[in-house]
Amino acid sequence: MASGEWSAENSSRLGMVVAGSLTEGVQVKLDPDSSVESVKVGAFVTLQGERMRFFGVVTDVSLGSTDPMLSASPPDVSDPYVAKVVSGTAAYGALTVEPMLTISGDDPALLLDGPQPAKTVPAHFAETATATERDIELVFGSEGDGHFWIGSPLDMDTRLCLDVPELVMRSNGVFGKSGTGKTFLTRLLLAGILQSRAAVNLVFDMENEYGWRGYGEGGSEVKGLKQLFHSQVAVFSLDEESSKRRGLTPDYVVRIGYGEVQADDIQLLRETLDLSDVAADAAYSLERHFGEGKWLAEFLAVRGREGIFELADATGVNGNALLRLQNRLRRLERLGFMDDTGHDSVKQILRYLDRGMHVVLEFGRYGRNLAAYILVANLLTRRIYDRYVERKESASEDKSAEPRPLVITIEEAHKFLTPGVASQTIFGTIAREMRKYNVTLLVVDQRPSGIDDEVMSQLGTKITCLLDSERDIDAVLTGTSGSRKLRSVLARLESKQQALVFGHAVPMPVVIRTREYGSPESYQSLGWKDAEAMRAQLEQDVEDLFG
Amino acid sequence: MAIGERVGEVVEASTSRFVAQCHELYRAPPLGALVRSGSDGEAVYGVVAEVATRSLDPGRRAMAMGHSAESVEAVYERHPQLNRLMSTELEVMVVAHRSGGRMERFLAPSPPRIHDIVYVCGGAELLEVSETLEFLPSLLGSPVGSPDDVTAAFLRRVAAEHPDPERLRLEAGRELAAHLTGQLHRLTGILRRVASG
Ligand SMILES: Nc1ncnc2c1ncn2[C@@H]1O[C@H](COP(=O)(O)OP(=O)(O)O)[C@@H](O)[C@H]1O
Ligand SMILES: [Mg+2]
Repeated sequence: MASGEWSAENSSRLGMVVAGSLTEGVQVKLDPDSSVESVKVGAFVTLQGERMRFFGVVTDVSLGSTDPMLSASPPDVSDPYVAKVVSGTAAYGALTVEPMLTISGDDPALLLDGPQPAKTVPAHFAETATATERDIELVFGSEGDGHFWIGSPLDMDTRLCLDVPELVMRSNGVFGKSGTGKTFLTRLLLAGILQSRAAVNLVFDMENEYGWRGYGEGGSEVKGLKQLFHSQVAVFSLDEESSKRRGLTPDYVVRIGYGEVQADDIQLLRETLDLSDVAADAAYSLERHFGEGKWLAEFLAVRGREGIFELADATGVNGNALLRLQNRLRRLERLGFMDDTGHDSVKQILRYLDRGMHVVLEFGRYGRNLAAYILVANLLTRRIYDRYVERKESASEDKSAEPRPLVITIEEAHKFLTPGVASQTIFGTIAREMRKYNVTLLVVDQRPSGIDDEVMSQLGTKITCLLDSERDIDAVLTGTSGSRKLRSVLARLESKQQALVFGHAVPMPVVIRTREYGSPESYQSLGWKDAEAMRAQLEQDVEDLFG
Repeated sequence: MAIGERVGEVVEASTSRFVAQCHELYRAPPLGALVRSGSDGEAVYGVVAEVATRSLDPGRRAMAMGHSAESVEAVYERHPQLNRLMSTELEVMVVAHRSGGRMERFLAPSPPRIHDIVYVCGGAELLEVSETLEFLPSLLGSPVGSPDDVTAAFLRRVAAEHPDPERLRLEAGRELAAHLTGQLHRLTGILRRVASG
């Protein structure tokens, strides 16, 4: 025992490195004063090497002893003093720590680019301590300058942040079985993207929970984005009646003309409308026959069996397949937001997005109709994407003429990205091309195994809550390094408000307790002001404007 | 025995241990006590590892008095020459020394001289010597007497003087554990003896 150490006790020190390797992790012998029971798997620690400081995560906790006879012939520890001395010395606790990053040292890359993946291990006797708030900030960034507080590491109150500009560079996914907190997480991500100004959002809001208000435990209300960010958010609605009933006057009521539906859109509905391949493909023949923009209305106008069989002859498509297709497409006629006239919903959406506003499209009662959701999301996205491509290409070198980066949020994403279909759909295209045209996806899904593998592997950052099945876990982890360890972490998540985050927006995989959403404090932390504060702000703004 | 009291003088010395003969029969510091030979600036410190009383003439041993003896005190009163025929001796394990005023907790370069006076230490001096316990292995490895008892007795005495005895016992216990790896039962045996102080 070195002199002077007798009374000096560092509360966060855990022990020191005594063995290990980069592949298996390093062994840390706990100091006699640190109890194994106080260190949990998944905890963050720092390892102070000779020349570098490492950031690591506890992957195992074990009991060791210096006396091989201990387990066969345990000592009499009835005397509390004896027990206290023996535990921690002859019988000690040990940790396995995986060094993930180097956070300081003499590598110049550290100064330029921040934490770097660990390529070596700390030397023998490196002091190991629980990571401090500052360490976490050093690794994950601190709030502000594009970093958004998404939750806290387990057993810590420290705010853990996502790098939002990095996040929106690629398409991302939020996964988890029903009720695990996907919607709450997604709402936070949307708020983070909004606050960072790194992109604008377009949300296809199936269950009407993002725009004006959502629901939490036991039906309690939580504020939607519009209530928190007011003029920065526009709520569009497909179902004005439903929006009004929920106390909201939509900024725009979206209607879709039959003329806007393309044969491509029908492909995605194959499963939902239970169409055979032949029937679905017939839409292309009809499009050729009647002309783009007219085919659906004209096809639905064809009456009677005879009419259909005549059309079959004219187009060379099987008559029964056509019958079936018409029968299924008649369901679209019952959708209240569809009609014969042309509309400029896409133009309206773009107008808002171009002004830097975030658009939530509420489906109202149509959210329960999967065909409606798929059709509208697909149709609007396809056309918005086309506009983005045009504009991005004509902007060529001129960055300022480029359209604003756009993040499109879809739920039940596997319906859009099923293997086989994904390669042909607009969503598959966007997911695969990593913001080539400034558009990325935020896919929200409870059944990731239903999503095309290639799309899954293209997702930049995955945030996943507890999952139902092995297949879903496999799907989320495909192509991820260290997936064996992550798998066990994933399996041990709590059933609510906990998530594993990994990918580009974080320097290393991390389990978080998702930031709380729904209390007045949570709103305030997102910049929300109550009525009183709003009035003061308004007066100030008027003052600033008119002097 | 009072702290600072003269115990006797060195009659046999080596670098690792020395023997002191007490000035007075039976007037010896207890097992585990810290003693010093030499003055404050240059001194050798040791722990009493064995106390023995024997005949001064190695060839002659005391004989039992038999049934006529009424009490021990009476025997000594009737035979005052016993005090000169026998002596009490200490065997001391060297644990530290002071050189140029500096405390070093390892062996001195040379042993005490014969006839150096030996004093009992305690209080601040005992705490100073035991501020760190890197000399415990020499006590544990002592070839004299029962090293485990000596070590435990020594630690009990330090704890008794220490402002935070709990803490001292714990730290000392851990120090022992570090030196007794693989000897768990020996360790717990010593610890129990330390605790019962
Ligand atoms: N970050 C959070 N803050 C507060 N409550 C949460 C949070 N995440 C989840 N919850 C609770 O869990 C419930 C289910 O979350 P939700 O997001 O609706 O699940 P999912 O969309 O996965 O079905 C919510 O109603 C809410 O009570
Ligand atoms: Mg949900």
